[in-house]
Amino acid sequence: MSNEDIRVLTSQLAGDPSSLVFLPLGEALRRRGQLEAAEKIVVAGLTRYPELAEAHDLLARVLSDGGDLERAFDEWDIALRLDDRHAGAHKGIGFLYYVAGDLPQALDHLEAALAADPGAEGVAAAVARVREALAAPAGPSGPADSTRPPLLATPAPPPGAADSPTVFAGLEGAQDGLLLLDGNGLRLGGGLTAPDGSAVGDAVAAHLAGVFRDASRATRLLSLGSWTSVAAETADANLFLCAPAPDSLLLLVRDNSVPIGRLALQAERASEAARRWLERPA
Amino acid sequence: MRADIVGSLEAVTRVRGVRGAMVVSAEEGLVVAESSMEGIDGAAVAALMAGVVARLGRATEAAGRTAPAFVHLQAEGGALLAVPAPRDLLVVAVTDAEVNVGLVRLELRQAAEQLA
Repeated sequence: MSNEDIRVLTSQLAGDPSSLVFLPLGEALRRRGQLEAAEKIVVAGLTRYPELAEAHDLLARVLSDGGDLERAFDEWDIALRLDDRHAGAHKGIGFLYYVAGDLPQALDHLEAALAADPGAEGVAAAVARVREALAAPAGPSGPADSTRPPLLATPAPPPGAADSPTVFAGLEGAQDGLLLLDGNGLRLGGGLTAPDGSAVGDAVAAHLAGVFRDASRATRLLSLGSWTSVAAETADANLFLCAPAPDSLLLLVRDNSVPIGRLALQAERASEAARRWLERPA
Repeated sequence: MRADIVGSLEAVTRVRGVRGAMVVSAEEGLVVAESSMEGIDGAAVAALMAGVVARLGRATEAAGRTAPAFVHLQAEGGALLAVPAPRDLLVVAVTDAEVNVGLVRLELRQAAEQLA
């Protein structure tokens, strides 16, 4: 879809906010990698059409493209509650189970997707590959990359995302929005991209080392004990900082629609992953 | 003017669990006004909290985001909360561990607005 097409759709939506044109517009933005814009369009559309399974499926694909698999699962789950034969939602959830290594669940959903859309050759191929993997004797709990159905390849990291996803593998925002750094401001893992798509993890890490020191001094001075977290709200994002281990710092950055309380919960999970990663044998 | 500032800080310190509140110059980290800060080294807190907020501001700028509108530094025994105010000021509260952070944030914001 050309820029002009997108401009026309945007104009149509501005003229009639209740129009379903948010669906092709959101899809076009997603395909162009403009995930933040796509998410805003679809979320706004869902406020008017909260029971439209197609919209939840689209939002899930936007989130999945951005690596936010947890929320993507929620959206596909909602889509299936609204339409239990929704092929896209079955395919998406099948993908997530596949990534998680739960092949029986993955197969159930992929077969349901195929039943809903028998002409989907890619899904048929995926079903066949998962069946093969299940039939393989004593295979790994999660399929190796080489056995992944091409259709269900892990979403590509956003442009500019850091190339070290293993610290937070499987967590929401593993490649964009989670950052692990040491006390000297050096990035250890994770990644962060600015809204313009540029990689900013290293620069942000460098600035945060000072926060670590100042926070420690401030709480010590006030006899408040060790600091446990720093949360910051900006007009367009929420940040949450904690220390998963001595001399390390974890940063979560999310859109400001994600409440700080939820960030704290996500930080707990990410901290556990960071500790495991930091304590792994060299 | 100073009486107005102190008045707005008193609304913050009336919240249960707030040990003290102050207005700080964001750039220099100096205390402009304070309320109920007995037993607290206000000058040091001002300098350190201004430093935390400034560093977070540089980090969010590097991330392509806007400056923090609220900062919450949580420790085992209490918290430091800060809201930027016009004229390059910060309104800061020092609290116990058991405090309604949402309510303190509201009062800090109102205090910041009154500094306009």
